Amino acid sequence: MTGEQFSEQFFFWLLALTTCGGAIAVVVSQNIVRMAFWLVVALGSVAAIYFMLHADFVGATQLMIYVGGTVVLLIFGVMLTASGPYVKIKTSPGDMVIAGGVGVLVLFLLIGTVTAVDWKQAHVSLTGSDPDDYPPEPAAGYNTSTPSSGNTARPIGLKLLGVSLEDTDPDRKDAKNLSTGYLLPFEIVSVHLLVVLIGAGYLARAKRRAGANTDVESTT
Amino acid sequence: MSALFAANSLGEFLAKRLGESWGFGLAAFIHAFILINVFALAPLIFIWLERKVSGRIQDRLGPTRVGGRFGWLQGLADGGKLIQKEDLVPAAADSMLFRMAPYIACIAAFGTFMLLPFSGGWVAVASDIGLFLLVAILSLEVLGIILAGYSSGSKWSLFGGMREAAQMVSYEIPLAITALVPIVTVGSLNLVEIAEMQTSQYFLDGWLMFNNPFTFIAFFVYFTVATAGCKRAPFDLAEAESELVGGFHTEYSGMRWSYFFMAEYAAMFVVSGLASILFLGGWNTGIGFIDESLAIARYRGVLETGIYIPSFLANLVGMVVFVTKASLLVFVQIWIRWTLPRLRIDQVMMTCLKYLIPISCVLFLGATLWPIGLLKFTQRSTVFSEPIQNRIERMKDDAQSEHDDAKKSREDADSSVSGANEERPAVELAPAVASAPLGSEGSR
Repeated sequence: MTGEQFSEQFFFWLLALTTCGGAIAVVVSQNIVRMAFWLVVALGSVAAIYFMLHADFVGATQLMIYVGGTVVLLIFGVMLTASGPYVKIKTSPGDMVIAGGVGVLVLFLLIGTVTAVDWKQAHVSLTGSDPDDYPPEPAAGYNTSTPSSGNTARPIGLKLLGVSLEDTDPDRKDAKNLSTGYLLPFEIVSVHLLVVLIGAGYLARAKRRAGANTDVESTT
Repeated sequence: MSALFAANSLGEFLAKRLGESWGFGLAAFIHAFILINVFALAPLIFIWLERKVSGRIQDRLGPTRVGGRFGWLQGLADGGKLIQKEDLVPAAADSMLFRMAPYIACIAAFGTFMLLPFSGGWVAVASDIGLFLLVAILSLEVLGIILAGYSSGSKWSLFGGMREAAQMVSYEIPLAITALVPIVTVGSLNLVEIAEMQTSQYFLDGWLMFNNPFTFIAFFVYFTVATAGCKRAPFDLAEAESELVGGFHTEYSGMRWSYFFMAEYAAMFVVSGLASILFLGGWNTGIGFIDESLAIARYRGVLETGIYIPSFLANLVGMVVFVTKASLLVFVQIWIRWTLPRLRIDQVMMTCLKYLIPISCVLFLGATLWPIGLLKFTQRSTVFSEPIQNRIERMKDDAQSEHDDAKKSREDADSSVSGANEERPAVELAPAVASAPLGSEGSR
């Protein structure tokens, strides 16, 4: 095993273990905020695995939406609604048995799905390589530009700006010229969503008479 | 390529002597070591600066004795004191979360340093989505603050944590939108590319801040929001010592307490550095002929293997320029803190939701419409703004030289002008770009 393979394996197993450990701790712990903390560990490790696969856009989205967004909202919700100092959740033994059974079934489903895939066939059909070359030889040496390029997000970004790589591919019959892109429509839709969110927040908040103690409402 | 800090010249140098695995591994370790020291040292300097500036603003001297003149070792003395303090955990606290919270804040702040380019070739991870990733990681810092506030088992901390959560959830929106305004102009999220595209021809004309009126206003909005994002006065409601004792860090002492401040000052540096990359030309000086010669020296370094001294020096100059700009912005943040009174929490929220979000949305929309307006009312031939158009032109040129085998080496240099990873899209895109009438298509 070369040093490169070793470090790759090492980091993969480290991240895989923290993911699974964090996930188990989410289930086992009884305090909601501790659960949220373990959720951060598990989801953050998954994001790190995405980075290892050079899928940095997916990884960053994972961090942004799940770790930075959902978990913060979760803790925020607990802090706003909790009646006591530390909210405990006791799971009844019956629930544990049912949940455990469902979990094991899902595990079998996933294992069945993974083992049912013919990886060799998939690799050959996706890359168009020779079936005899499977498993593919890892590239020799350190390709230091690959992790930094991660080129996964570039087509999306160019498309937003109107530079569409596949549409302009001359090999294709339905090749089109450059368009103005989707930036403006996308932007309008996202600003609309933001307006809807703020409007929902405004409608849902507790009504108070004007002038009555307004500085308390944001903190309670 | 130069994109990966850890694998640049030093890595190649060590790989020749120790073999690839050990050489690159050791180089990565050395660079990570340097980076973590930058992360630790920046807060030390800025805390000293904060004391000194606040002293001067309040007509005091500030620290004067430690380390001889100017009290420049005050930060180290503070650190020594904090290490010796007892590490207290209140009986009412959730001890595990209480212990972990400072680390989360600190790790998040350090994570952003990996993505922050200090100069053209000096960046740990030159991701294609650098800005997005940086904002994503920066937003994790709030998690540490909220957990600290919640787990302390004190009402002051809880209030501080809740205010921080409300403030951050709101201020992240205008932060992201104003950071996108210059992105609309340059068309890249790669921080290295963004800064490299701001090379000036005459004087300051390349800086994105002066690209159009929307980016100009966006800079000030971004800076306001970033100040609030680092929970700095006048937006420091999370600690508000006049109302909440110490806010989220009321119950902390010693090193854990200082970790929060390391994270805060490091985040100040990161958002200021981001401001200088997005709006103020990054490591470009803004003076035409200096920028160009430095840029040429940097790109030569990409072509050479091993250590290439002129490129190293150009990167060093770039880093000095970049750090100076970022530090000046940190200084402005400190200046604002000691000048303006703290807002009330509802005023903080109102500033964000009623003013900053609509302003940033208008700026974003304006920045998108600006090139179309220029196309309509001036003699411009393309809808794409100048940096993107230059880039497309460059892609065209690259494709031309691609066909010309004799100029193979020159083509490598050109394609690396706009960053490290240009070659693949350039080749695919170029024939289409060459044939497409950009302006007429764009005008509909």
